[in-house]
Amino acid sequence: MIEREQVQHVARLARLRLSEEELGRMAGELSGILGHVDRIGELDLNDVEPTSHVVELENVLRADEPRPSWPRDVVLAQAPDPANDAFRVPSPQAE
Amino acid sequence: MAELEAVIGLEIHVQLATRTKMFCGCELSFGDEPNVHTCPVCLAHPGVLPVPNEEAIRFALTIAAALECKVAPRSIFHRKNYFYPDNPKAYQISQYDIPLASNGRLGGIRIHRAHLEEDAAKTIHVGESGRIHGSERSLIDFNRGGTPLVEIVTEPDLRSAAEACAWARLLRTTVRQLDVSDVNMEEGSLRVDANVSVRPAGSEELGTKTELKNMNSFRFLERGIEAELERQRALVESGGTVVQETLHFHPEDGSLTSLRSKEEAHDYRYFPEPDLVPLAPTETMLREARESLPELPEARMRRYREELGLSAENAAQLAGDPQAAAYFEAVAAEASGVEAQVVANWVTGELAAASRQAGGAGPADSQVEPAALAALVLMVQEKRISHGSGKAVLAALVAEGGDPAAIVEREGLAQISDSGELESIVAAAVDANSEAAEQVRGGNQKAIGAIVGAVMRETQGRADGGEVNRLIRKKLGL
Amino acid sequence: MTAGALELTAVQAREAMAAGELSAAECHDAWAQAAAGDELNAYLWRDDSGEAGGIAVERPRIAPIAVKDIFCTEGAPTTAASRILENYRPPYTATAVRRLLEAGAPILGKTNMDEFAMGSSNENSAYGPVLNPWDRGRVPGGSSGGSAAAVAGGLAPWAIGTDTGGSIRQPAALCGIVGLKPTYGAVSRYGMIAFASSLDQCGPLTRDVADAALLLSILQGRDACDSTSLGIEPAPQLPQREDLNGLRFAVPADLRSDGMEDGVRAVFEATLKRIEELGGAVAEAPLPHAEHGISAYYVIAPAEASSNLARYDGVRYGMRAAGGGDLLEMYESTRAQGFGAEVKRRIMLGTYALSSGYYEAYYGRAQKVRTKIAEDFDAAFAEFDFVVTPTSPSVAFGLGEKTDDPLAMYMNDYFTVPMSLAGIPAISIPAGLAEPDGGGPRLPVGFQIAAPAFAEQRLLDAAYALEGAIGFDARPGGGDG
Ligand SMILES: [Mg+2]
Ligand SMILES: [Zn+2]
Repeated sequence: MIEREQVQHVARLARLRLSEEELGRMAGELSGILGHVDRIGELDLNDVEPTSHVVELENVLRADEPRPSWPRDVVLAQAPDPANDAFRVPSPQAE
Repeated sequence: MAELEAVIGLEIHVQLATRTKMFCGCELSFGDEPNVHTCPVCLAHPGVLPVPNEEAIRFALTIAAALECKVAPRSIFHRKNYFYPDNPKAYQISQYDIPLASNGRLGGIRIHRAHLEEDAAKTIHVGESGRIHGSERSLIDFNRGGTPLVEIVTEPDLRSAAEACAWARLLRTTVRQLDVSDVNMEEGSLRVDANVSVRPAGSEELGTKTELKNMNSFRFLERGIEAELERQRALVESGGTVVQETLHFHPEDGSLTSLRSKEEAHDYRYFPEPDLVPLAPTETMLREARESLPELPEARMRRYREELGLSAENAAQLAGDPQAAAYFEAVAAEASGVEAQVVANWVTGELAAASRQAGGAGPADSQVEPAALAALVLMVQEKRISHGSGKAVLAALVAEGGDPAAIVEREGLAQISDSGELESIVAAAVDANSEAAEQVRGGNQKAIGAIVGAVMRETQGRADGGEVNRLIRKKLGL
Repeated sequence: MTAGALELTAVQAREAMAAGELSAAECHDAWAQAAAGDELNAYLWRDDSGEAGGIAVERPRIAPIAVKDIFCTEGAPTTAASRILENYRPPYTATAVRRLLEAGAPILGKTNMDEFAMGSSNENSAYGPVLNPWDRGRVPGGSSGGSAAAVAGGLAPWAIGTDTGGSIRQPAALCGIVGLKPTYGAVSRYGMIAFASSLDQCGPLTRDVADAALLLSILQGRDACDSTSLGIEPAPQLPQREDLNGLRFAVPADLRSDGMEDGVRAVFEATLKRIEELGGAVAEAPLPHAEHGISAYYVIAPAEASSNLARYDGVRYGMRAAGGGDLLEMYESTRAQGFGAEVKRRIMLGTYALSSGYYEAYYGRAQKVRTKIAEDFDAAFAEFDFVVTPTSPSVAFGLGEKTDDPLAMYMNDYFTVPMSLAGIPAISIPAGLAEPDGGGPRLPVGFQIAAPAFAEQRLLDAAYALEGAIGFDARPGGGDG
């Protein structure tokens, strides 16, 4: 069972604001799903190699040759708040 | 209570001087207009994928070789997840449990690991002061974002701010010679963070450490560590305990402020980067890295001491300054038959002083050709001119360059070799200083100085001091 | 002629063009008209929708195609069916789409999907659900529901989608068409908006197996922009095979879904008989870890997703929540407003599974289960040519039927997830019609065939032979033709 406080902590890590109602529902849903997932806890997986890649490739590299960059106006055309030829954001605030 | 000993480890980020970024083809730049070196990849647009820069891998392997590290046969990239506007993917591609290189050493300090990663973009905090906090808005320039970095982490082997600073200098000189980075602290191509803690001298376990950031010069590095050590000592001695935190150094006033804020609840959630395949350096890559190494400061210092017999001070001084070292070796090669230490004295002593007086930077960039200095040193050694005249000639060389023999000729500084001429000058001096002569005869050795002085005045220093003494005693029948 | 154009498969259309009986332009116009009649909410954007831009193809040479809105397309919006990318205009084009354009396929439009490909019913689209052409009260499956419905509903001759845990195969099954998930690495992922990077793969949704083969031959290939792409050697050809003589088909002994509907089981068993009639051998094989696929998948996929979706932060493109506040508030409100419920659920699940103290118990173990599942398949393929299962435990279910029960929804992927984890190719072909449990209209049932990595040609040949024997020719609304 996952506590509300844990859900709150994870939501902060994920930068998601959850309403009180969402927090409660999420706690229940995550508990249900992880309850099912917990069944893999019963498997004997000692000395099993984890798989993070299914492709058997190594050293796929790129030559150090410049490619044209983007025109700045194209780059900034997508920006929610462009300013001074840059991307503007609110500053972090100390606690 | 026992004396508190400083325990310092360094975390160094070295920007690699490749042509393009770590994972995309954008050109690297310094000081260009904001956001002119970006593309979908380094702006983390939806759907893009990273492809590693071959040259960056080569550079990293060269650094690993220079630091005598073990290279992992198969290292992988990880994602380091955290939100910050200068981190466009909200994860930094770095290395975690299997870094490219580990277990090295440099200048007696153990290297814990060296791994590859990508640099963050630049954040300009607009609003009062240059400080992280307190400004309303920030501007992000992604030109720097994605620059290849090698992060070097030492073991906590350093015991004072001065030692940490000296070691950081050795690292810079070493890396600079590899031609893989500008290693310029002011421009940020070399960034040194310090993990600082204190513990009772003699104790083995480590105290709680704080991490110092933003010390963008060697002077600031030393000041920052010094200040933090003071703070921690005072804290511990007054019975307090150090809290683990990241401290930001402020060059303006040398103060340190904690970076903790509500953003700082870090849990990086590292996991293997699924968009990249493992890195398995081939024998050829490793050999090329080893073979590309020039003679590094440490080895050069050893050679200067053991093979050339230089003093520890001169060896360190020359080995730590590649240009000076090259200049010194060029002079030594020309001045056959002259002891290396004598050449070193001229280069690090007389020439350094003379060129500094003339407002020059150092021996290497004075207009004194190595061959010219070599010739000068030989003339002195062969007593063709006195040591004093040698300095005069050197001053002239520093001022106008050219050939020492010509200057000796022009200034008529050649030593008086005709002993007949010298004997008559001595005779005259003895007559003119009969009092002193008497005292010398009477056994007062010091009194001979007056007569020698007279001879030197007469010869304008063109006489050999030893020879003059001999002739005076002969004249006095001693 | 144009009416006829809509009757042709893409392969047939290509032949008609070669024979000069049909011009590529006629074909395009006919399908553009058909697409304009979309009543299924299958398209999020259509090339004829009068918007500026559009995706130019130099010289149309084959049938036009519908593209899942998860592929970046310069000149057309790309939203992954999310609010957070509303009005996003990619300044570049995905490699898969570029290959289509180079092959002369005009882009009909961008199809609806579950937000960021997270879902099995297409009810997670920020732009409304897609309706199943067989019964508009039912879901088309997901996440490539728009592509599947478009092809099944006669709104596109063929389409591309993406499959992470079944997102091509399951909607293909629920809509009565062919869906192929190629081997991981066969098709470039560059420009394909990432859900779970180690699982995502682009593939065809088509009317028949031959079209799937043609489309795969266009899409596949090594791409310098995707370090994990290899392509298929030799490139796939159109399938020819008409029998299954000497081929061995494995039915997983341990993959028994309690949730499997009787109708689905009946069609599955009838199909096994067909295989034997065609000369194939059918036997049970142990895949002891396959049943844990769902558990491993619902840790690995959300974990990767939580990282892949972190870039949607309101800084460089896409949506930013209005209102002041500091950086943290901007992040949290932008992501809270920009993402839908299922995406939030997966981000939370994945963030939790990776967070300190839980990594080993969840992500670490899941990766090891992944290894075991791959080993199970290796063992099976040592004795068999293929592994076969139903594609989905049920036929198309009603809109809203499973939206309150995430776990029940996830069980739709029970049969498709193991292949995704092993990175092997799998195809779903329509095998017949069946009533849902408790009665209702007769709806398509998919039959899944999986093969070893890069054995696409063998897979397509077998599927082609079986397809011929099954002779599935039912059409939406048309009942059993
Ligand atoms: Mg770092
Ligand atoms: Zn770039």
